[in-house]
Amino acid sequence: MSDPIISVENLSKKYRLGQIGTGTLSNDLKVWWALKRGLPNPMLKIGQEDHGNQTDGYIWALREVSFSVQPGEVLGIIGRNGAGKSTLLKILSRVTAPTTGRVKVRGRIASLLEVGTGFHPELTGRENIYLNGAILGMTKQEIDRKFDEIVDFAEIEQFIETPVKRYSSGMYVRLAFSVAAHLESEILLVDEVLAVGDLEFQKKCIGKMGDIASEEGRTVLFVSHNMVSVRRLCERGILLNAGVIETMGPIDDTLNQYMSIKEKTQLQDLASRTDRSGNGRLRFTGIEVLDESKIKYNVKLGSPTTIFIKYQGTAPLRNVRISLSIVNQYGERLNWLCNDFSGQPFQDLPEKGTIRVDFPRFPYMPGSYAIGVQALVGRDLADKVPNATVFQVHAGDFYDSGMNPPAKSGSVLVPHTWSVQAEE
Amino acid sequence: MEKTENEAKKWDLIIEPKRQLLDLRLSELWKYRDLIALFVRRDFVAAYKQTILGPLWYLIQPLLTTIIFTFIFGQVAALPTDGLPQFLFYMSGNILWAYFADCLTKTSNTFVANTNLFGKVYFPRMAVPVSILISNLITFAMQFVFFLLFVGYFALRGSEIHPNLWILAFPLLLLIMAGLGLGLGILISAMTTKYRDLRFLVSFGVTLLMYATPVIYPASSVPAQYQTIIHLNPVTSIIETFRYGFLGSGTVNPWGLVYSFIFMVVIVVIGSIVFNRVEATFMDTI
Repeated sequence: MSDPIISVENLSKKYRLGQIGTGTLSNDLKVWWALKRGLPNPMLKIGQEDHGNQTDGYIWALREVSFSVQPGEVLGIIGRNGAGKSTLLKILSRVTAPTTGRVKVRGRIASLLEVGTGFHPELTGRENIYLNGAILGMTKQEIDRKFDEIVDFAEIEQFIETPVKRYSSGMYVRLAFSVAAHLESEILLVDEVLAVGDLEFQKKCIGKMGDIASEEGRTVLFVSHNMVSVRRLCERGILLNAGVIETMGPIDDTLNQYMSIKEKTQLQDLASRTDRSGNGRLRFTGIEVLDESKIKYNVKLGSPTTIFIKYQGTAPLRNVRISLSIVNQYGERLNWLCNDFSGQPFQDLPEKGTIRVDFPRFPYMPGSYAIGVQALVGRDLADKVPNATVFQVHAGDFYDSGMNPPAKSGSVLVPHTWSVQAEE
Repeated sequence: MEKTENEAKKWDLIIEPKRQLLDLRLSELWKYRDLIALFVRRDFVAAYKQTILGPLWYLIQPLLTTIIFTFIFGQVAALPTDGLPQFLFYMSGNILWAYFADCLTKTSNTFVANTNLFGKVYFPRMAVPVSILISNLITFAMQFVFFLLFVGYFALRGSEIHPNLWILAFPLLLLIMAGLGLGLGILISAMTTKYRDLRFLVSFGVTLLMYATPVIYPASSVPAQYQTIIHLNPVTSIIETFRYGFLGSGTVNPWGLVYSFIFMVVIVVIGSIVFNRVEATFMDTI
């Protein structure tokens, strides 16, 4: 085992909750005056949510995190929102300083926390490549050398002298990613960049990330919610939970651990979740997504799949409409499915039960999806949970053609057949 | 001892919670000189895109201001100008003051205006104020040449203009001016990360400060009891010396220059220390 390229030692980061001060001098004076007279702080928010990792108005975004990374390794960092992933990357990229502990690094670190930072809309593509490259830490000579490669990769040759404010959002993102991907640094930090651009380009980005690690031998730290690309790119993973390392090891183990944590919170919690609306005559208590493999929330494209929705009503209900929205990882709603639309209204619904939605061939392209559920009893909204659960779709042979459908097929596949008829 | 030396050699970068008070890492800033150059370029290219007159605006601005000043303060209010042609008197004060004011207001906005950028990538934050200083210096250089053309024109027409050896103090004046703008600017920018109030203070404070500086009137016309107060303003001696060197009338006070210089050094040191402290964690507070 060679020497590590990054060594993180007992890293902790503490944030103060709410605002730091109140933003203006006069409000700070008001607070000071109120406290001085023994009155409660007038600027304090009431009833803030407790995440379990906060004490006395502070929150530990990271607590005593230690790990090391070998040169050439692609390390995936996963965890729920607020687990400390972004804070970790921010400290590594030196955007903010740690509270205690330290990080030792060999070589240069470049970060790709969000593509296109520092782009100036009035400047041309060429000017922005230089500006963005310099912001990311490249010298002019380095950019000169890489210039053609960057333009090629972004596929914007014709528009290189056009101000980027005239670019389509796709072109913009492609150019930005391209600049960042061509950085000559030993270590690259990536946060969720792949959640942009069209599918085709995303594939190209993932491919490029793989090249960066395998061919150029660079070290990559990768933060993403997209489990498919994490699995594809990373060999090892770190699972963060509430600021501490929950698991660290081979990526499959880490992902499984993550899924089981996620499953626990999602399944057990649907009944007790508070981010819902409706009069409560019916409440959703659980939701599961299963295909033939019987591994929950992991579905193969094209396989027979069932979504089970458990509910509890206040009494047997009449005239109930249940709808499902399928939302992809970019927040786009792909479908809105309702038993009313498909002509199968529930005239009489038992007080408690499980509703099945069967898909003969699961039609959603590989990726991460969220399901929102909603119930109408008569005309009134009984229950609505926007992000009831999340599940993954893996590649599969939808058309029984012996191969996986290409990414350009679209987001939702449609069963169909082709044939020819000869004409006289 | 030997062990720590080995440690330091092995690692290129160590990220730690606190840094030294006066560790300004100027060498790092030097490494990012290409970035500074590109920031300067961006400021120029972006500022006048989609304008017809383009960079001519750098000359139109001081020209129009000077004409208005000449009319209002020279003709209507009839303020004294130490016997100088009013146009040259106001123009000299105006371009110098504009340099100082622009450096100050733009650098004081460093953190707030670049939150988005600073929140995503690391580069020495000082690159932004330094680039502002340089692009303002280039603007000033253009306006200064423009000013010299007018000096030549008035001299040919036989106006009472007597340039003298104090002209040699010009680089020093520029240095003090730049330092004052930078030092105050970064000090305020570091403090605005916590208190936005200061932004309002700066925007109208700079305008008010102009009236406490001999821009539109000569220091000699200030009543005796206020002379000390006006000379407490570190910009006073700079503008007076500039006028004396290039136009040959007014007052020069060497001690005033020494005072301005010391004031500048102190403010730059304090500004750098505060800026340096805030730089590390300002993302958490902004």
